[in-house]
Amino acid sequence: MNSLYYQKRLSRNIGDKFFTSLSVICALIAILPLIFLVTYILIKGGSQITPELFTLEPNPPGDDLDAGGINPALIGTLIITTIASIIAIPVGVGGGIYLAEYSKGGAFSRFIRFGVNVLAGVPSIIAGVFIYALIVSTKILFGSMYSGLAGGMALSILMLPTVIKTTDEGLKLVPNELRYASLGVGASMYTTILKVTLPSAFRSIATGVVLGIARAAGETAPLIFTALFSYYYITGFGDLFYEMGSLAVLIYNFALEPYDAQNKLAWAASFILVLSILSVNIFSRILAAFTEKTKRV
Amino acid sequence: MEEKLTLFKNRKRFGIEKNIDIIFKNTALVLSSFVAIILLGIILVVFFQSFESFSRYGLKFLVTSEWNPVKDEYGAFTAIYGTLVTSFLSLLITIPLGVGTAIFITEDFVPKVFREIIGSFVELLAAIPSVVLGLWAIFVMEPFFRTFFVFLHNFFGWIPLFSTEPTGRNSLLAILILVVMLLPIVTSIARDSLNQVPKKLRNAAYGIGASRWKTIFSVILPAALSGIMAGVLLALGRAMGETMAVTMIIGNSNAFSWSLLSPGYTISSMLANQFGEADGSQVSSLFYAAFVLMILSLVVNIFAQWLVKKFSLKY
Repeated sequence: MNSLYYQKRLSRNIGDKFFTSLSVICALIAILPLIFLVTYILIKGGSQITPELFTLEPNPPGDDLDAGGINPALIGTLIITTIASIIAIPVGVGGGIYLAEYSKGGAFSRFIRFGVNVLAGVPSIIAGVFIYALIVSTKILFGSMYSGLAGGMALSILMLPTVIKTTDEGLKLVPNELRYASLGVGASMYTTILKVTLPSAFRSIATGVVLGIARAAGETAPLIFTALFSYYYITGFGDLFYEMGSLAVLIYNFALEPYDAQNKLAWAASFILVLSILSVNIFSRILAAFTEKTKRV
Repeated sequence: MEEKLTLFKNRKRFGIEKNIDIIFKNTALVLSSFVAIILLGIILVVFFQSFESFSRYGLKFLVTSEWNPVKDEYGAFTAIYGTLVTSFLSLLITIPLGVGTAIFITEDFVPKVFREIIGSFVELLAAIPSVVLGLWAIFVMEPFFRTFFVFLHNFFGWIPLFSTEPTGRNSLLAILILVVMLLPIVTSIARDSLNQVPKKLRNAAYGIGASRWKTIFSVILPAALSGIMAGVLLALGRAMGETMAVTMIIGNSNAFSWSLLSPGYTISSMLANQFGEADGSQVSSLFYAAFVLMILSLVVNIFAQWLVKKFSLKY
């Protein structure tokens, strides 16, 4: 009779309890670092934020108490990621269009899709090494070696797979009826793509691309020997061909300095970097969830 | 009627529009082949740059650990060993944690809202730049774990892995920060593959009287295994290529040691550290090391993709 009731001491129930608590512990361990990390960065970095931070140049490491600001690095990050986007977005969207709209699942498109996945798995530092060999050491860009332009190119290699993938997947989600309708009224293929399929996939593509840009903005490894670092203000177009600072490299360089002032600057830069990357992520997540809801209606 | 048909037949697109259509298609084709060009370019460039070092040291490069720019002697054993040890050990810690978290998220222990929050929390962890994790590791993790490492050395010092006195940055810290970085990857892929297991299987298992964890261990996990394996392999590729956080915390020493409590090296941290100032045959040797790293991560990645293709959509 008793066997119909839940028996605490049954070995299977004890085992179940044990494993359940184990998985709860796993989940706790998984989220604890994030909570620690984010709160620590927000407190430690946030307390360093001053208006001068955004306007001054960083002082070269020394034991001064004042480390200056991060203006060149902030602008540099914006410029380098913009260059990377200018290269990666057209190439990636174009490639994604070919994969999703034109290819018929043949050997070529399978190879490209495979290549996209492989390229996504290439370590980011290898992208830096590649650009170093191709552009920095050959001085192919009008005799300049380390430059913001080279850094942007290295980052674009990392962005490219993300952009192709999101375009490909976004376009695949567009219902075929739309294409038939457009082709049926006599539109050519490129009009159909540019006026019908691409706009209707725009939001999912844009979300993916923005996430890709956010990821690229935090990449350091491809920049440390392509864009290098600079302490000075970016004043004009010509500075693209010289060493350029970025937030990520600033954090790397100044974290390893033995001076407290530089370390604090690294924390402040982390605060800005993490805050912007997280807010982009959260915002696009909300946007994606919102679109999903409206689509279902 | 017939007249109308011929009318349609003769109606052609304007020449310009047709040409634009063709140009558009071919542009897209060229743009998509850029991926292949870049990929092949990377492999070829890195290979040819490493040629000098490759022909001089051959495979001896992989097993000797002398790295001496003064004497022009190069061997990357310490770095290769460091890469493999840090990535495999970190994965060893991450797999149970990640899969455990994934199970927690996919089962109904707590209301759905909490599970979704935890899930997106873990995914946000993946968005944090590794250089920031490195900064955090230097200033927060290292002091936090210092006493623990001393304890580890005092009690388990007889094991070669813990045989050196812990002084600041070391390989074990690199492994721990890698765990933080890999957790989101393993968790989110494991969660996705657990979610893909059909409900029928679970209901059938419950129906014949299996307990919850009996179901998980003998039905759900085996069904999701291929997806989880692929996620693990992707994480392994990431771990091997991960540069910044590891470079900042591993201590960057080329002296070989079995101990995890001594400073170490990985291929990527060696590249990050030395590439900027290297010249002569050191550059070529660094390219050789980069080539080794690339081959390692390519093999892991291709194997992961093969696994996904082979075993996906079984249900």
